[in-house]
Amino acid sequence: MSLPLSQMTLLRPRSLDQALRLLGEEPTLRPLAGCTDVYVALQFGQPAAGRYLDLWGLDELRGVRRGRDGRLVLGALCTWTELQRSALVRRHLPMLAAAAREVGGPQVQNRGTLGGNVANGSPAGDGLPVLAAAEATVVLGSARGQRWLAFTEFYTGYRATQRRPDELILAFEVEPLEGRQWFRKVGTRAAQAISKVVMAAVRAPRPRLALGSVGPTVLRLPKTEAALAASAPMEECQRLLQEEIAPIDDVRSTAAYRRHVCSALLDRFWSETAPPRRGKQR
Amino acid sequence: MKFTLNGRRVEVEAHPLARLLDVLREECGLTGTKEGCGEGECGACTVLLDGRPVNACLVPFAHAEGARVSTVEGLKDRRLRAAFVDEGGAQCGFCTPGMLMAAAALPKGFDEQGLKRGLAGNLCRCTGYTAIYRAVEKSRARRAPARPKVRRAAPKRPARRRSA
Amino acid sequence: MPSVGKSVARKDGWAKVTGAARYVDDLRFPGLLHARTVRATIPCGEVAGVRVDAPGCVVVDHRDIPGRNVIAMIEADQPCLVEREVRHVAEPIVLLAHADRETLARARVEVEYRKREPLLDPRLSRQAFKEITIEKGRLAEGFARADLVVEGEYSTGAQEQLYLETNGVIAVPEDGGVTVYGSLQCPFYVKKSLEAVLGPGRRARVVQLETGGGFGGKEDYPSILACHAALLALKSGRPVKLVLDRAEDMLATTKRHPSIVRHRTGVTRDGRLTAVEVEVLMDAGAYVTLSPVVLSRGTIHATGPYRCDHVRVHGRAVMTNTPPNGAFRGFGAPQTQFAAEVHMDRIAEALGLDPVRLREINALRPGDRTATGQVLGRDASALLALREAVRRSDFHRKRKAYPSQGKGIGLALFFHGSGFTGGGETYLASRASLELTEKGARILVGSTEIGQGTRTMHAQIVADALGWPVERVTSATPDTALVPDSGPTVASRTCMVVGKLLERAALEMKARLGRLSPRAYLRRHGPLVVTKQYEPPAGLEWSDQTYRGDAYGAYGWGCDVVELEVDPATLETRLLKTTAVCDVGKAIHPVMVAGQIEGGTAQALGFGLLEEVVMRDGRMANAQLTNYMIPTSLDTPPLEAVILESPYPHGPSGAKGVGEMPMDGPAAAAANALRHLGFDVRSVPATPERLLACPRLPAPGAKSKARPPRATSARGRRRVS
Repeated sequence: MSLPLSQMTLLRPRSLDQALRLLGEEPTLRPLAGCTDVYVALQFGQPAAGRYLDLWGLDELRGVRRGRDGRLVLGALCTWTELQRSALVRRHLPMLAAAAREVGGPQVQNRGTLGGNVANGSPAGDGLPVLAAAEATVVLGSARGQRWLAFTEFYTGYRATQRRPDELILAFEVEPLEGRQWFRKVGTRAAQAISKVVMAAVRAPRPRLALGSVGPTVLRLPKTEAALAASAPMEECQRLLQEEIAPIDDVRSTAAYRRHVCSALLDRFWSETAPPRRGKQR
Repeated sequence: MKFTLNGRRVEVEAHPLARLLDVLREECGLTGTKEGCGEGECGACTVLLDGRPVNACLVPFAHAEGARVSTVEGLKDRRLRAAFVDEGGAQCGFCTPGMLMAAAALPKGFDEQGLKRGLAGNLCRCTGYTAIYRAVEKSRARRAPARPKVRRAAPKRPARRRSA
Repeated sequence: MPSVGKSVARKDGWAKVTGAARYVDDLRFPGLLHARTVRATIPCGEVAGVRVDAPGCVVVDHRDIPGRNVIAMIEADQPCLVEREVRHVAEPIVLLAHADRETLARARVEVEYRKREPLLDPRLSRQAFKEITIEKGRLAEGFARADLVVEGEYSTGAQEQLYLETNGVIAVPEDGGVTVYGSLQCPFYVKKSLEAVLGPGRRARVVQLETGGGFGGKEDYPSILACHAALLALKSGRPVKLVLDRAEDMLATTKRHPSIVRHRTGVTRDGRLTAVEVEVLMDAGAYVTLSPVVLSRGTIHATGPYRCDHVRVHGRAVMTNTPPNGAFRGFGAPQTQFAAEVHMDRIAEALGLDPVRLREINALRPGDRTATGQVLGRDASALLALREAVRRSDFHRKRKAYPSQGKGIGLALFFHGSGFTGGGETYLASRASLELTEKGARILVGSTEIGQGTRTMHAQIVADALGWPVERVTSATPDTALVPDSGPTVASRTCMVVGKLLERAALEMKARLGRLSPRAYLRRHGPLVVTKQYEPPAGLEWSDQTYRGDAYGAYGWGCDVVELEVDPATLETRLLKTTAVCDVGKAIHPVMVAGQIEGGTAQALGFGLLEEVVMRDGRMANAQLTNYMIPTSLDTPPLEAVILESPYPHGPSGAKGVGEMPMDGPAAAAANALRHLGFDVRSVPATPERLLACPRLPAPGAKSKARPPRATSARGRRRVS
């Protein structure tokens, strides 16, 4: 690859404040961190000339901690490796640890970040269904201050988000979740794979389902969830699910296969997370 | 920009957005690190950044500043190298530098799944990975390693005949 | 101490584990220019106009070709650079070079086209580049004897070689000609192409560098790159580097020929094949390239390793508007043997017969005649390979036990002709030389090391013939100015054919040396180079007109067993184990032979289950490593390689070759294992999407349809399709 380096500039702020100030002054700056998406896009011909803002060194955006009310705060720069290893994530958000294990290979896991996954906004992003099912809050920051947005409202369309040009994704907050969490990625192969379908779900008290790679962006399935909550028969839930997804044929899979897998995964989620000893809950 | 390259502190002038891969190969003259795809899929460009495997094709040079970068040229593990040679872990050799670096970063006491997961970011088209596993396991074994699982069965019916 | 049969240290091993090995992109030359190819963007049409805006760049188009505008291969139909007609999306039109890559990337070339409707479906193609018919006995007679006729159509997709190092060359103007350094398999092919393009009076020299994998993908394409780089070098007077990036490599270079194979087989109730009729269609792509010989190998192997008195195989390789398909490990045989082996399982099913039993009944044995009429030698070990694979894998027990565990097990039996087909080796008349050095001997061959172990294996053969330790034997760089033409490094011939030449050369050198040490000999008699040329073993006969005779000097025989399970919800296949038995005649270097079997098997499992080239409008739509899936460590099952040795009298120490053979069986074995699980798979790759769409068979154990046919007269025989 030959990058037009003479037409590329990297700004390297030393603190979050400085980064936000720079971005406030120049909202066209292109933020980068682990670069596992940015450099791939450049390799595939995305225009590279321009000015970039390096977030990689901003330690304020790293780490996982418990915030107020027991909520989990995930720094935007948490790498997939850190998320897999974090005891907090493994205990409170195991579906995220599961997702993190399935991203790329070790090299990508060491560099790719949760914030980058969300900012990139690919409908196949492995972390997205987890945040959607967990009903996470996105913490956005700018020189003007911070704001909190429901993750489920963050995307407005294919790779389009509510992030304003002068804002950075700082963190994700997840309230304590009740109920069993479930995650399954159906990828193009066993490792180093892109999702054909990726599903994250929480069982109780209110079932929540999120699916990736079956619509222009990550999808929550309110009708299916309501049917599950109302103990509707699985066939009915699957029928509703089919109405709520919009998969397409692409180079990785087919709409028909994605539809088949979504229904099958719904059934599997529901049976695998069924409460013990109460028989089949429907 | 200053960083530590294979244990030696160096200062290299390059664009902060240049790919670490290009800086290593072109500015530092270390061509052992290979480019197989440029999209972070094949792992041929794997180097260790502060001890962790990364794809050098997806790392801007800026992120090496002040860091420890290790490439195949600086690999200290002679046992690992020798095992790759003896067990057939290197055929065409193009994935080998990256594979060696990924193997060097494997945690102690990995099991079979850990080994496979640890190398899942490195594609090899020659070996089917089998010989690579043999090599890595051999290099980590305390005692003399088992010979490769090559089994031969001499035919019984068609008589064995040597050429004259 | 003899080294043949021992896994001595690889000659190229240490350089490859230290990063010292030099590949084409690692080389530097003063004044080097980087090159770029401007390719067509339409699959079919004509160039109406070209506008170049490339300040400071060296620009080359077809008018700059001093010689002939062809890539000289079997036919000279492929232009080096497009003049007017465009036949596929990756056709090169203009070449650019500049010292600065950024400037090069900024250069703009606009091409106007007059588009024509492309031909993309090989079934609709009327233009056959090659047509082959093999006939044995009388088909009608064979069918008349059948109790049952089983028919079926099978297809395989394109497959990308995906060597980890992309194609690349550097051309350096030298001595009124050009020297090309490159990642390539066949230096003398490249030389021949260069000579045609450069024209008379310009010297062409080709040097093979360390090559990061080939698998056939660097058999013919490097000729194109070399010509392009050479033209730029000639025009600029400077060294020019042309290394493809991954996407361009996938878009432009050759793939395995997609195939559609139809079988119609007559069989008796007790499982004997009475008539075999096979129709083979291969998609050649836009130019002839190697398609005639791929088709040739494909048709010869199309019956599978089975005896039958009445055979007709008809094959066609047809033109379409896609980049030319070409050589890929196995060279047509994996496609046709996939069909043959899935078909065999379907025959067994129709007869209610055990698939192993059916193969035992029909497997070719020593003394049998193949479809081309070749009488097999004593090394024909199909039965041995089959029984070894069945025993090692515990096939019979698992075949019964697996269905209740949600697992499947399947096998495939195959053979693979070593060396060039028919009279090919005689025509090539390969040569190999051995030079006496102060310390020992130096091998001079055009055969290339592309990972498979050429240097080491040749050194072992030579060392043993001379009675020396292997360390005393070295190899020269394959440089056309230095080494004789040993033929291309393809077709599993580098050991059997070139290795044998070296063995002969070494034996002669030994005789000449007598009791003298190399140093003493050199002092007394001066330099010594022994050259040997291929001579066909006595009695080999072949006719290209009738396709009858001895198609190959020898065959390797093999059997694969694949065990797998399928996630019932997602239809994802998880491979549990693969047992790969290969009879290689003699394993010169067991670790490297096992490496060929393991690597080839993994590649073939990719072919069978994962690897799909998605074509849209004649263009590969998934030309990224992110979207073209080769097996990772987690996709590859434990592989057990089993080496059998039934020696071939005319191979060095009995060796028959191994490179391609492991590619032939795994896809069918995997499909048959899926079949065992109830998936009626007749097309690969058997991706989850295909499994979803494919018909399901009655559950194993439900014998309703698998009952043997009732006694029927010849007229009232059953037909299964």
